Amino acid sequence: MSWRLWLPFMVFFGFLGLAAYQLSQPKDDEIRSAMVGKELPYFTLPPASLDLPGVDSRYFADGKPKLLNIWASWCLPCIAEAPQLEQLKEEGAEIVGVAIRDKPTDVMRFLSQHGNPYTRIGRDDLSEVQLGIGSSGVPETFVIDGNGIITYQHIGDIRPENVPVLLEELRKAGQ
Amino acid sequence: MIAEIGLAALWLAAALAVLQLLGGVLALRGGTTSDIAALTRPAAILQGGLVAVSFAALLYVFAITDLSVKLVAMNSHTLKPLIFKLSGAWGNHEGSMLLWVTVMALAGALIAGIERRLPEKTMQATLAAQGFVALGFYAFLLLSSNPFERLAQPAAEGLGLNPLLQDIGLALHPPTLYFGYVGLSVAFSFAVGALVTKQVTPAFARAMRPWILGAWVFLTLGITAGSYWAYYELGWGGYWFWDPVENASLMPWLAATALLHSASVLASRDALRVWTIMLGVVAFSMSMLGTFLVRSGILTSVHAFAVDPERGSFILFLLALYIGGALLLFALRAGAISEGERFSVASREGALVVNNVMLSAILAVVLLGTLYPLLTEAFDVRVSVGPPYFNPVGAVFTFPMLAVMAVGPLLRWRKDGFGRITKELALVGAVLLSGPILFALLFGMAILPLLGLSFAIALAVASFLPLKGRKLRRVPVETWGMVIAHFGIAVALFGMASESAFSTEKLAALEEGGTTQVGPWSVQLQKVEPVAGPNWTALAGRMTATYRDGEPVEIAPQSRNFWAPPQQTTESVLVTRWNGQLYAVMGSDANDGRWQLRLWWKPFVTLIWYGGLLIALGGVLALVGRVQKDLKRRYVTRRAAERRVDMENG
Repeated sequence: MSWRLWLPFMVFFGFLGLAAYQLSQPKDDEIRSAMVGKELPYFTLPPASLDLPGVDSRYFADGKPKLLNIWASWCLPCIAEAPQLEQLKEEGAEIVGVAIRDKPTDVMRFLSQHGNPYTRIGRDDLSEVQLGIGSSGVPETFVIDGNGIITYQHIGDIRPENVPVLLEELRKAGQ
Repeated sequence: MIAEIGLAALWLAAALAVLQLLGGVLALRGGTTSDIAALTRPAAILQGGLVAVSFAALLYVFAITDLSVKLVAMNSHTLKPLIFKLSGAWGNHEGSMLLWVTVMALAGALIAGIERRLPEKTMQATLAAQGFVALGFYAFLLLSSNPFERLAQPAAEGLGLNPLLQDIGLALHPPTLYFGYVGLSVAFSFAVGALVTKQVTPAFARAMRPWILGAWVFLTLGITAGSYWAYYELGWGGYWFWDPVENASLMPWLAATALLHSASVLASRDALRVWTIMLGVVAFSMSMLGTFLVRSGILTSVHAFAVDPERGSFILFLLALYIGGALLLFALRAGAISEGERFSVASREGALVVNNVMLSAILAVVLLGTLYPLLTEAFDVRVSVGPPYFNPVGAVFTFPMLAVMAVGPLLRWRKDGFGRITKELALVGAVLLSGPILFALLFGMAILPLLGLSFAIALAVASFLPLKGRKLRRVPVETWGMVIAHFGIAVALFGMASESAFSTEKLAALEEGGTTQVGPWSVQLQKVEPVAGPNWTALAGRMTATYRDGEPVEIAPQSRNFWAPPQQTTESVLVTRWNGQLYAVMGSDANDGRWQLRLWWKPFVTLIWYGGLLIALGGVLALVGRVQKDLKRRYVTRRAAERRVDMENG
């Protein structure tokens, strides 16, 4: 009996093991940004509301770590995360917003209803900045260190339990 | 009532599959003359009838939109046209599994009814294997995917069908592939039967060959149709995306193509015995693997199937049972099967072996590329494998295979020399070499399309060379089949290479009345207007397309919105000329009074699918030729037997 005849059987069982393992794993469809650890791409966005300035990527390189929140007034989970953003602001985080495919009137209505945690909001009408930093949906929150390097990505709305994680990431980015 | 009849028939069929399995196994132990052995064939035939009743019952509840049946309520709608109500019966997991067992049971009934060439022991083992495979699918249907389940409260209205699926091409696409998959399951059962009895003979290859050919024809048609469907329905302008689901249909085709050729060697020359058995197992494994990858949702795909890890586990279990079992049997038994006739490298067999090796290598390339993300995900690395891998790596093996394909049919069986066919070799070589120089000078093309065009032309010439010096009317039908199938490969290859070398694309934002150019076409947007259909509304862009100085053609691609369930699709418009297609897609509003349009000019793209049809036609001719010959052989043997009896009596 030749060992070669057993080869297909063994290869097949290798595959079976792999497939069974993968089936037992929870399916994780989140797509992480490949930009984490890299510098923000260069961009300049016009203001998305009448009372806050727009956003320029060079603004992030002022030595202080910040949160970059990708959101939209038409996005329901963004309403759900509004209290957590307020809390982060009270804890001393500076939050810069990028409003995706939005109108100034809607942005201002949203801020008056759900509070305004932002120091600046840029208007990204074609999702160019969003795609540039590797975000695939709204809301998403990025931690940017004082040199303009993306150090952390949070996908989806910020839940109360995520607040300490983000604060910790901000602290690490400040070191 | 009808639904209950369907379910009852399905249970009875499953019971008969148990009988078929037991009958076959007991016959192997106790000899073929026992009473139980006599039951195997009738059990298979009756089972085919019962499953057909069950499938008819499913078609009926879909036809009358019986909303008390869960499957109908989930997948149909009273407003749908009848043809799509019927195709909805298999446009879902449960129904498609029922279709699978239906085709499988009918195939089983057919072999049980007519196949008498093989030793009865091998037949019993084959039918037992067939019953065993069918039994797994019955269990799957009855225990976890009952298509006839009733709702406690009938639904008021159905939940519709995915609007992308409301298309005649797609109504026919899955059944076509299923016929192919199931045909390969028959080849698998034959392989297992032969392994059990260790009788791998030319007669075995001849019994298996029609099933491989049939399966291969259906797979070819299924892939061709699926590719054309993706081309015009998705509105992306591409015809093949190396998506896992597409690969799932390509892999069985590659294995079946290899099996077809190795079975040919076994049938004519009694060589490649073990290899043919292995391919018989591999071909069906690829069908099962495809089903597993598609249904388990283990890989991310553009195809939206009802994905369910539990079903995935069930199919994985069946895969382990059948393929694992067959490979175990192979490891234990194949050593006892002798090698068969020998042959020299420069011979028809030699060429077919090279072709087999190349096809297997391409299969391995596609398999690796498809499963690679599964492997890396185990280490938390996300990758997506696409054309940059598949195209060049596949090409490394495809072009040598095409070269062998051009030359192989010119060689004689057993022992031949290249000296005998120098003229033919020189002709093919000259065409092959002049191509790249010509195309490179004229167009400055990339390497793969360039090779593709040259090989396509050389193969097109070479595919007819086997007919040289023969009286065309006396050429056997199956030889015509080979010639046409090989020519079809050349035609399809020419279409692919031309599409990738010469396509032009234009994204334009036009106001009403605006004009743009794409290739030799000038397209003017006349008017954008709303259109209403039975269950959708659409924005149609009315345009006039003019080819050079020809007559203008009115076209109106649509962007459609369905309301049950709500979903947006594009209805692209294709304008076909002898030398290519204009492909127009209506986009959305650019917010400033202009409309986005997407236009392509694709020279000779239609040859891809005409090539596919030619390949399938070649398969049909080969099948007809083989079946005719088998019938003739059977007639001759019967006459000879009768004569002997006459002589003994006389």
